[in-house]
Amino acid sequence: MRSHEPRSTSSCAACKLLKRRCSPTCIFAPYFRSDEPKKFAKVHKVFGASNVSKILIEVPEEQREDTVNSLVYEAEARLRDPVYGCIGAIALLQRKMIELQHDLALARARLARYAANYPTGVAGTELDRLTMTGLGEFLVACGGFMDSFNQSSSYQVNQDAHMYDLTQIPYVYHDQL
Amino acid sequence: MNPSRCAACRYLRRRCPPDCIFSPYFPPNNPQRFASIHRIYGASNVAKLLQRLPSHLRTQAADSLYLEAQYRIEDPVYGCVGLISLLQQQIHDIERQLAMTQAEIAFRARHPQAVEGNLLNNVGNPSFSNQASSWFM
Repeated sequence: MRSHEPRSTSSCAACKLLKRRCSPTCIFAPYFRSDEPKKFAKVHKVFGASNVSKILIEVPEEQREDTVNSLVYEAEARLRDPVYGCIGAIALLQRKMIELQHDLALARARLARYAANYPTGVAGTELDRLTMTGLGEFLVACGGFMDSFNQSSSYQVNQDAHMYDLTQIPYVYHDQL
Repeated sequence: MNPSRCAACRYLRRRCPPDCIFSPYFPPNNPQRFASIHRIYGASNVAKLLQRLPSHLRTQAADSLYLEAQYRIEDPVYGCVGLISLLQQQIHDIERQLAMTQAEIAFRARHPQAVEGNLLNNVGNPSFSNQASSWFM
């Protein structure tokens, strides 16, 4: 009598969505568990399973979890904002950075005036800090797209104040600082 | 073959129809633009995304997709999310510096004659001999 092989109950979310057998060497299985179907659905909708697979194969195994997390983040941003995706978040952060640098420069100038009015032997030190950080130069290198984005009024279309929950980045970009 | 096919249809080796969804945003003189987007997103996904948008927003969408694709090609692990993380940290640092500077302004407003090193220079700057001992005056 032939015994029936039990159906595999351990298909990852990717293979379930793609309706295929989940092999023991499935590239998706470690990162797209079956109890998180929406996670893979998002990346599949934006990038496509085939492209995600190619990206994962290209990176070392120890970096694949971070890669998946960033792809999920990017996919979520693009689904929330189909026009600008993550670039919208970058432009907002850049804008905030410029405003804060301006505020800091004003505050330091005000502090320098106190030092000038009431010399304590430390005058001038804060003036040394009034120059822009090197990040300003880096952002200029991103090209004119950011400038055109900031000037574009069409971005007002999607203005949920909480549109990017920027506290949810699951890892810190320490290594590349 | 139509010599004026858009970059997408050239890349995909197909006829470029008059209503091609790609042609306004992928001119034939920039083949690398579509190649980058196709490598990361795939032509089908890009077509669906553009079709769902009103036509006056498609240029921005194509531009942002290209930029994100470029980031991902250059950094396959973090893509543009790495830049977001970096910006967040820089903003956090500047906010901290601003808060400290504002605190020092408030202190000096109340104690204009105080002889002291400023708060910021108490943190990691050995060039000052006047420290914050008079902060508690």
